[in-house]
Amino acid sequence: MTATPDIIDLLAGIEPGSPVDAIRHERPETRAQAQASFDALFTPAYPGTVSEQERYAVATFVSGLHADTVSRAFYEHGLRAVDGSTGVAAAVLTELDLGYAVGPFGHYPSPRLADENTDGPRYRVAGAHRDILGSRLAAALEHAHLLVFRPREASREALQTLLDAGWSTTDVVTLSQLVAFLSFQLRVVSGLRLLGVDLNAAVDKPTTASVDTTASVSTLRGL
Amino acid sequence: MTDTTISRDHLPGPEVFTQAELGWVPWLEPLAEDDLSERHWTGLVDASRAKSAYFALLARDPDILGARTRTDKDIFYNTRSGLPRAERELAAAATSRTNGCIFCASVHSRFATHHSKRGDDVQRLLDEGTDSAQDLRWAAIIDAAVALTATPPALTPAHIHALRSEGLDDLSIADVIHGAAFFNWANRLMLSLGEPEVPAAG
Repeated sequence: MTATPDIIDLLAGIEPGSPVDAIRHERPETRAQAQASFDALFTPAYPGTVSEQERYAVATFVSGLHADTVSRAFYEHGLRAVDGSTGVAAAVLTELDLGYAVGPFGHYPSPRLADENTDGPRYRVAGAHRDILGSRLAAALEHAHLLVFRPREASREALQTLLDAGWSTTDVVTLSQLVAFLSFQLRVVSGLRLLGVDLNAAVDKPTTASVDTTASVSTLRGL
Repeated sequence: MTDTTISRDHLPGPEVFTQAELGWVPWLEPLAEDDLSERHWTGLVDASRAKSAYFALLARDPDILGARTRTDKDIFYNTRSGLPRAERELAAAATSRTNGCIFCASVHSRFATHHSKRGDDVQRLLDEGTDSAQDLRWAAIIDAAVALTATPPALTPAHIHALRSEGLDDLSIADVIHGAAFFNWANRLMLSLGEPEVPAAG
């Protein structure tokens, strides 16, 4: 029996026996439940009415928005495997080019936090792609962009837009979990990848430990 | 038939970040306790969570809720080794402060204060933000959480080195990464499926 590959190991390039692999095995429950979360969203025992194509299309979009080319290639591969010749994969990739932004930004509902309000692109699917994606998936991409970049601007109206586009209440819960989980997974991948580079460098070149690389960031802030 | 959001009378929302206890009201209909199946109870993990509108709503997709909850518990409660609980909560609070989740920030700033006994430092994080004056160790944790919370994530080797120079071992650095990453999950659910409210006094 072949074990299912651990998806975070795969995306972060964590090799068996590497320093980061050893760290992950000190938290076996976190490792197992992150994998169980991925499984629940991408190979669900009870998929309900959110299709595999919708799940992989949203994941391709969200991983692309995080500028993670390895993860995006993984989810894009999954999307193309279920996409057939619908043109959805190509449309999602073109939408990605239109959706890039830097976050988090947005306005707070409370006027007392107005000094912290910031602006950025409030993305809408290009008109030409609405027919290819369909209103349901187009609404999902717009909502995913909202959740990724300006979650503080989330609203009841944004959920009603999803419901009006054909997402049921339970579908919206699944979609929200999907985008939110990916926001977690992609950050674990990004962070562990970086930690791995750091630790592998330490293993390869133990003498560099004496070089002080911390001076630029370790400034005392005002205390 | 198209579903609709729900709108109930509720109390005013918080105006600023706070360590006070807040309520939370959903914008979508949670499952009623009478309608919960065995699968739903399994997804809730702790039966008491059926009383929470937030978890009763998330129980509509019980398998991902169960895995989410078990991920959460291990990242924050498994403290036999690695980063102390107070600093895991600090990473959660800093992440929530960055994303703008007043509800999550209230819960986890309260936990950070409880476990660190440093309520003034925590309050400064809420009042003045993630650039507020902090000692070097807390600054390194907050800065790493903030950088990882950016989209695209902006954590750099300098952040890792700053954590290490403040005495964090590799497992503790991984704990900072997981604590901040997890709150990028939790913030997005809390912010987008409902809203916080200030409970009536007394």
